[in-house]
Amino acid sequence: MQSKLCECGHSNPYGTSLCQACGKPLDNEVEVLSSMRYEGSARRSQTYKSTIVDRVWNFFSSVKVGVWLIVTILVAAAIGTIFPQEMFIPPNVDPASHYESEYGTLGFIYYLLGFHNLYGSWWFIILLGMLGLSIIIASLDRGIPLYKALKTQRVTRHDQFMKNQRLLSVSHDVEMEEIKYSLETLRYKVREEEGNLFAEKGRFSRWGAYVNHVGLIIFLTGAMLRFFPGMYVDEILWVREGEKASIPGTKSDEGQFYLENNDFILEMYDKNDKKFNSALSSVDGEVAKNYQSNVTLYKTEPAHTIGEEPKLLKVKDGVIRVNEPFKFDSFALYQTDFKLNEFYKMSFKLEEKSTGKFFGDLTVDLHEPETEYDLGNGYRVEILDYYPNFVLNEHNQPATVNNLPDNPAFVFAMYSPSTPKGEKAFVGIQKNIESGDNQFKMSFAGIETKDLTALTVRKDHTLWIIALGGIIFMIGVTQGLYWNYRRIWIKQNEDGIWAAAHTNKNWYGLKKDLEFLSDKTNLTPLEDKEIDSIK
Amino acid sequence: MSELSSTLLYSAFIIYLFSTLFFAMSISDKKQSKAAYTKRWGRIGFISACAGFLFQLGYFITRWIASGHAPVSNLFEFTTFFGMMMVLAFIILYIIYRTNGLGVFAMPVAVLVISYASMFPREISPLIPALQSDWLKIHVTTAALGEGILAISFVSGLIYLIRTVDQSVSTKKTKWLEIILYSLLSVVGFIVVSLAFKGTGYETSFEMMNENNQPTKIVYEMPALAGPANGKQLDEGFGPLFSTPSWMNGVDASIKLNTFIWSLVAGLIIYGLLRLILRKRISAALQSKVNNMNPELLDEISYRAVAIGFPIFTLGALIFAMIWAQQAWSRFWGWDPKEVWALITFLFYAAYLHLRLSRGWHGEKSAWLCVLGFWIITFNLIAVNLVLVGLHSYA
Amino acid sequence: MKKKRLWFRSALLAILVIAVGYTIYNSIFEETGTYISKGDRAPNFVLTDLDGNRVELEDYRGKGVFLNFWGTWCKPCEREMPYMQRQYEAYKEQGVEILAVNVSETNVSVKNFAKRYHLTFPIPMDKQREVTKAYGIGPIPTTILVDKDGKVVERTSESLSEEKIISFMEKIKP
Repeated sequence: MQSKLCECGHSNPYGTSLCQACGKPLDNEVEVLSSMRYEGSARRSQTYKSTIVDRVWNFFSSVKVGVWLIVTILVAAAIGTIFPQEMFIPPNVDPASHYESEYGTLGFIYYLLGFHNLYGSWWFIILLGMLGLSIIIASLDRGIPLYKALKTQRVTRHDQFMKNQRLLSVSHDVEMEEIKYSLETLRYKVREEEGNLFAEKGRFSRWGAYVNHVGLIIFLTGAMLRFFPGMYVDEILWVREGEKASIPGTKSDEGQFYLENNDFILEMYDKNDKKFNSALSSVDGEVAKNYQSNVTLYKTEPAHTIGEEPKLLKVKDGVIRVNEPFKFDSFALYQTDFKLNEFYKMSFKLEEKSTGKFFGDLTVDLHEPETEYDLGNGYRVEILDYYPNFVLNEHNQPATVNNLPDNPAFVFAMYSPSTPKGEKAFVGIQKNIESGDNQFKMSFAGIETKDLTALTVRKDHTLWIIALGGIIFMIGVTQGLYWNYRRIWIKQNEDGIWAAAHTNKNWYGLKKDLEFLSDKTNLTPLEDKEIDSIK
Repeated sequence: MSELSSTLLYSAFIIYLFSTLFFAMSISDKKQSKAAYTKRWGRIGFISACAGFLFQLGYFITRWIASGHAPVSNLFEFTTFFGMMMVLAFIILYIIYRTNGLGVFAMPVAVLVISYASMFPREISPLIPALQSDWLKIHVTTAALGEGILAISFVSGLIYLIRTVDQSVSTKKTKWLEIILYSLLSVVGFIVVSLAFKGTGYETSFEMMNENNQPTKIVYEMPALAGPANGKQLDEGFGPLFSTPSWMNGVDASIKLNTFIWSLVAGLIIYGLLRLILRKRISAALQSKVNNMNPELLDEISYRAVAIGFPIFTLGALIFAMIWAQQAWSRFWGWDPKEVWALITFLFYAAYLHLRLSRGWHGEKSAWLCVLGFWIITFNLIAVNLVLVGLHSYA
Repeated sequence: MKKKRLWFRSALLAILVIAVGYTIYNSIFEETGTYISKGDRAPNFVLTDLDGNRVELEDYRGKGVFLNFWGTWCKPCEREMPYMQRQYEAYKEQGVEILAVNVSETNVSVKNFAKRYHLTFPIPMDKQREVTKAYGIGPIPTTILVDKDGKVVERTSESLSEEKIISFMEKIKP
């Protein structure tokens, strides 16, 4: 495990294949060009293999492993799109039977293997974690030695290093000053040593890969932090027009926020609009133009107890539309859904069947019906039972599906001076079940409705981390891919002046630089070995 | 305005065709005064590509004025724009590398993309609320530009393979190359079949249950090979040979499947005819045309295209997409199929870059990867919208 | 030198394993959001019960509270009601109370339901779903056990058997 001393006098870490200073291959089997990817520096991981930790480390240090992880994640992600994920299937169905009934045996297998919740599965998260680990370790293992190697590189390179470069030429009678001048006009940074030249351009692009990896790690960290308590709120809030509701996720101890829905607006495109006429006439229904809630935000006093009638202080008015969330505190509200014309109040008249005469009317609030309605003159109506969303259950008994008044039904008791014991009637929408001897009936007189808006309540403290990661990633990826690191070595040897050049990408651009160089000076044009080999 | 717009697009289309022709002239190797000849036709080809691009830009601007929003809001508009971005990407890479051979393949692929686009409904449609955002133009145009540049890496990679794969014996590689060319021909087949049946005004209708269990009528504009799942034919048209599996439940899934099958069949016929005429593999016939192109340069172009396209694609299809999704749907990421496939594209090209930069995958391996990458992009463009259901299925 | 590297590598690996492990734990065993769960302080609330009495959670400090969220339309809720009533009578003297918070229904429906099952424990009416929201109640029935110090000791959304209810009562008996 000692370091390797090169004949140029530089001491290289164990495992180095090209001398960091002069570039001499330190081993006979070293292929110079492919070693140049990391400057022939020792990948630190390859050097020690003693403990388990080192072995794990070495495993993740490999780019091959990294690529396998990328490909595995890619394939898994693709499998997840074959059938809809669990979060996209209707909320009230049993996933086990849904996949089989919708997609047959394949769907059943898909469900059995747990692919219906692929992106949240433990193994998918582990894969992402392993990818993160691979990014960190592989970058550390390569970035640091690369940095050291590029920093220690010398102007004068070993002959063997020069000879093995892809672009090479030997010239005579060349003025070094001219070359230096031309290189500088090409904006190379030129260094001189013992009459030899070393010109480099765009070294910072070599850091691009490491910068973008840092960005990715920050991004993944942000994605992970989402699962930590308090970082993230995702709730849904339904509010009826004209009503106020507390905003879930906002804490009562600091004063809870309430939202009032002043108006929900749904606009459709006009079919006669000349601009869109032909497109609109080819679709069946109407095309929505705008979903909008006009809201007012309130806040309670700090010492508010949940459930107590809140003392509300108005904060601000606002408009929520799709693409235009409403922001307050660290929260944002998004227009997500709506329900038009939910039943709100129903009116009835007490009617004498024989005469068709009415004896007063009553309006029932479907969210809080009274138990008794006095119609005066000895006429009154009692509500004995109420089914907001009426259905006949398996025992053929009246029941309700849920607490939403979508299909209200009542059991009324009607009292009049002539029927003091009361007559019973079951009344629902287009239903009226009663005993035939009833003298009175409840006749339907009208309905009032209200719209509801549904808003997503969102707080996400991880956003800035995610954004930071994204920005750093973009900087790194641009830096690495839009620039390249070009190097030209000019060395005075006994048989003439050797010129060699290398770039990490875009050889075409490097060659253009070299053409310029040989045009302006006496330098023999450099030959490309790879092209020759193909010819 | 919208008529002017269509005329401009049509003109651009014709000019692109001519550009292809000119580029093809420039690499035909029969003339003696080769260098000058090549240069002249190459220049004419390039100028016409630029002219065509300007006409299409004219289409884009006039359509924008006519509709009041950036015309990238449905499949026709987006796919047309994607074709336009391919031309732009070609122009950029041509300026850098001056390779006429690239034009011979890039221009017809762009033409194919645009003609494919024109098979979708072309009316100017209004924006649904979810699309009413400045991010529509920012996200979609950047993503399309990135994909356009990546498409050029496919074109260059494809030429590389045609140039270098040994055609003297039949191998797995020659077969795959034929499959790639056949799939391009299927797009031609799709266009031919669509135009042919549109010309004759063929129609047959079915009644089927839609997702709400309401009976609906659906109209096929091609003879039904694949009928709708549990559909009843309402007329005496050519009967369906089989019915669409019920798990394919995108909008009008059965019509799309039917059209897809027709395209494959038509592509097969065109392919067969070409084989009969050429009496050898199509790639073998093409190989003699590209023989004097420098494979190393092709490899460099295809890699360069990825290097330029990858950051743009990431910015447009992932980062801008996330910003918009955060604003419109309250979450920047929701595992919607279109999002997932953009991620897959990203991961794929990331793997490509790692293999190339760290593991030295140059030349042929790299070219095959570029072809596969384009397949992923087209899959996301076509299949995800048409087959998989999700938030992006507007068309 | 070598030792330092081993330490560094082990620490980095450990951090990553813990971070990923925690993420998986959270994503599988707990829904994210503003849940009130085991170990949390049960937030105080005030509601009016079916008989018009004011019910405040804080007043039950010193007693165990079996806090149940339910609705008349929900079959599993209906099933556990008679068990709850029986155990209410058994444990009332031992310092365990039942609060059966009804989720946003009308007095008429709930009164009829309570009469049908002879329910005598307080039924606070959460008309505006304020408490339901604050406790992050998803599916019903959801039962939350609050001990004499106002701490949540259990939270479950399963339909309870009578044995289970008894074991719950034992758990929060002061």
